[in-house]
Amino acid sequence: MNAPTKGSHGEALKWVGRAIRRLEDPALVTGQGHFTADLSAAHWVRFVRSPNAAGKIDSIKAPDGAMVITAADLKAVKKITPMLHKFNYKAVGQSILADGVVRFVGEAVAAVVAASEEEAEDIADLVELNISASAPVVDARDALADGAPQIHAEAPGNVILKGEVKTAGFDEVWASAAKIVRIDARSHRQNATPMEARAAHAAYDRASGRVTLTCTTQMPHLMRTAIADLLGIAESDLRVIAPDVGGGFGQKMSLCAEYVLLVWLARKLKSSVAWTEDRRENLIASFHARDQYVTLEGAFDKDAKLLALRADVVSNVGAYSCFPTTSGVEPLMAMAEMPGPYDVQQYQCLARGVLTNTCTMAAYRGVSRPIITFTLERLMDKAAKAFKIDPVDIRRRNLIDKFPYTSATGLIYDEATYKATLEMAAHAIDLAAFRARQKEACAKGRYLGIGLATFSERTGYGSPAFAARGMAITPGWETVHVSVDPSGYVEARIGSSPHGQGLRTTLAQIIADELGIPPDLIKIVHGDTDTAPYGWGTFASRSLVISGGATLIAARKVRAKLIKIAGHMLEAAESDIVLEDGAAKVAGTDRSVTVAAMAREIYTQTHRFKGELEPGLSESGTYDPPGTFSNACHIAIVQLDPETGFVKVERYLVAEDAGRIINPMIADGQVHGGIAQGIGNALLEEIVYDDAGGILTANLADYMPPTAHEMPPIELHHMETPSTQSITKAKGLGEGGTIGAPAAVLNAINDALTPFNVEIDTIPATPQRIRAAIREATAKQSA
Amino acid sequence: MTDKSPLTLTINGRDHAIAVEARRTLADAIREDCGQTGTHIGCEHGICGACTVIVDGEPVRSCLMFAVQAEGRQIRTVEGLADGETLHVMQQAFMDHHGLQCGFCTPGFLMLAVGVLEREPDISDDDLLDVLSSNLCRCTGYQNIIKAVRAAADEMRK
Repeated sequence: MNAPTKGSHGEALKWVGRAIRRLEDPALVTGQGHFTADLSAAHWVRFVRSPNAAGKIDSIKAPDGAMVITAADLKAVKKITPMLHKFNYKAVGQSILADGVVRFVGEAVAAVVAASEEEAEDIADLVELNISASAPVVDARDALADGAPQIHAEAPGNVILKGEVKTAGFDEVWASAAKIVRIDARSHRQNATPMEARAAHAAYDRASGRVTLTCTTQMPHLMRTAIADLLGIAESDLRVIAPDVGGGFGQKMSLCAEYVLLVWLARKLKSSVAWTEDRRENLIASFHARDQYVTLEGAFDKDAKLLALRADVVSNVGAYSCFPTTSGVEPLMAMAEMPGPYDVQQYQCLARGVLTNTCTMAAYRGVSRPIITFTLERLMDKAAKAFKIDPVDIRRRNLIDKFPYTSATGLIYDEATYKATLEMAAHAIDLAAFRARQKEACAKGRYLGIGLATFSERTGYGSPAFAARGMAITPGWETVHVSVDPSGYVEARIGSSPHGQGLRTTLAQIIADELGIPPDLIKIVHGDTDTAPYGWGTFASRSLVISGGATLIAARKVRAKLIKIAGHMLEAAESDIVLEDGAAKVAGTDRSVTVAAMAREIYTQTHRFKGELEPGLSESGTYDPPGTFSNACHIAIVQLDPETGFVKVERYLVAEDAGRIINPMIADGQVHGGIAQGIGNALLEEIVYDDAGGILTANLADYMPPTAHEMPPIELHHMETPSTQSITKAKGLGEGGTIGAPAAVLNAINDALTPFNVEIDTIPATPQRIRAAIREATAKQSA
Repeated sequence: MTDKSPLTLTINGRDHAIAVEARRTLADAIREDCGQTGTHIGCEHGICGACTVIVDGEPVRSCLMFAVQAEGRQIRTVEGLADGETLHVMQQAFMDHHGLQCGFCTPGFLMLAVGVLEREPDISDDDLLDVLSSNLCRCTGYQNIIKAVRAAADEMRK
């Protein structure tokens, strides 16, 4: 690791802001990481899953001598019943294994337990499932129709929740509009597809009666709380470990029924039991996302200033509600954040979550914002066209530029750079040069397009934001314990649960600056409920802001105590002490004492501090911030082949502002990865159901995450507006790439389609859909 | 199906005498019978490439090969890339260029890139991109993987 250099003004060494290599990497590049599926177990589980989307279970016949668990064995286990106390939410329960009724293809009906994975799979093939199938409903609009099959008796009409908002004065402003522009957007269903699918290992300890559940999760503490509740056991009898986790992207923040069963089995067998999901199970039966219809209308005045927005959101939430967020996670996010980065004070929205016979919907990176940003940004481009102005110009006229800004839904936007990043991106891409190239290409029968997306990314929000949703489980705060042990080494125990975000490195950088110790001597401990303080895990672009804030608070307390200790040991005024190079020094002298010596002293020689200082060197910080908005402008340039419908993203440019950047290398990596998922969402990735509720995309050849080939070179430009709503001044940036990319790519495709007089407002915009749209337009033209 | 036959797998120059069913994949044998868990399994149908290892100098998807097919052949896995404490230039390049985030796909990418560059050190940038498109990564957006592999390729040519 490179040593930091002194600042030009002689200020203390700084680690924050530097692209140091990650502390996580040495183990991961040498194959020494610990992933859940690396553990061996005495028993293995294979789930028998429903082949039918809807029906009654008549019988489940196990082969002789096999151990096959069904709902009948689990009468004492409560149903997973997530709760919202608002939005007319209907609580629906999910049995750990289907109890009498199946509601989607892939629902776990029985669990085979055997001595090896292969044996469990062989037995599972022999389990006879007799299901009286009934007609399923797969599409959310069909599920809303009169006479549609009812998925749960508790939710008549299949509506699990309904959010409505209408600002005072909406109708009057709407009536005054010069132009109304409308979009009917469709986002098809997607799967987050972490490279490591789900896996769990539960081991019973006969001495203590405790179970240790090792599982691939983003929220180890909440898994402990939820599973202990469902099984009716003390939380202290369950230890949950999230070891190295192979990507999550939201899919691993929800409670899986399978994990509950593993803990139940470990207790029943008083042994160890493991389950590793295969890719097909992950694609059909882990959580899905993004299946929405959004109709959005914008009312503009004669100068193309947006006056009001009216939205209708129909979100297909699948067969059950996910825990802890509930199935409100997508429709309610859409309702709250639809106005995005634009100054618009009048807003009406109806957002419904609709149950269907499909896999349960849950959070996926960006949560609704990739869809609403794509919808809103398409609306802005349509409006630009209607007013015959440039897409940059219409955004210029409408982006928020006064802060703090209170949105029509009551969100408070802290200072950001919506207009500045737009100008920065437009300048960097050289719009005029592109238009000339586009014209030239078009004359030769090559179709290029450019698309913009400007958006806000709400990050690092604490408990008040979640409480506003009326969630029975309200996450938000984080606690961090920072301690210096008697040998002088620093350890921070955190409640967040990073799984690729590089948090061990960035938190170590924050502590390093406070304590004057290099980051590689600082250990960040996470992912084990026995050692980490209670916390909410890693999701919603929150960990660096919230855990980072808690880390800073705790580190400052440790720093203050170190300075006191040094004052005693060096017999100097505290105001003269500086912490650097692993020591406390008296400024302007050669007197110093190492952190290790101070630590040893405060543990082993406490009598020397005359009762003025408590023994030990361990402090705690908790942080629960209101939330802060990152922002960006994305620009995509695409080449479209009208003969095949194939789209190649040629170039991708981002101007982004995520506040103070702790580690630029890690920050850029988050943006790159997000954009790849966004491009996948825009062009390639779709879970396809047939009318019978069967999934046609159950492998990675049919469900296609992008490869290196589909990725354009990404060019990043940065601004840093320090957040006043985050004590580290950092904003979150985990989701921005995913939020902006579908909008930028779809706007670019539509720009390329201009000569064909065709628009496409569906993601993914697959070659088939693009071809169909061109065919339809051509047919219309010739008719 | 459950009859096990004895066989010896040579992984990173070390022999592992194991007994497996005929249907046992090389990936499962490496991980479970030989205890080398650095090789990861992402899809078990040959698409994601997380399980890529080098067999007789060629990168292969170990989920698409049976363990019995690998007998008598030289298998290399991520655990054998470093020379003691000294990392392989590819491992170092992945660290230097932030070519990994969660690290699950990383062993497969490392073995793919090393296997190809050892066979074809002067591979063109375009062909290298083709090769890297055979594995999936969900975290990095590939930008830094490409950067890392190109940097390591330059180093390996020296």
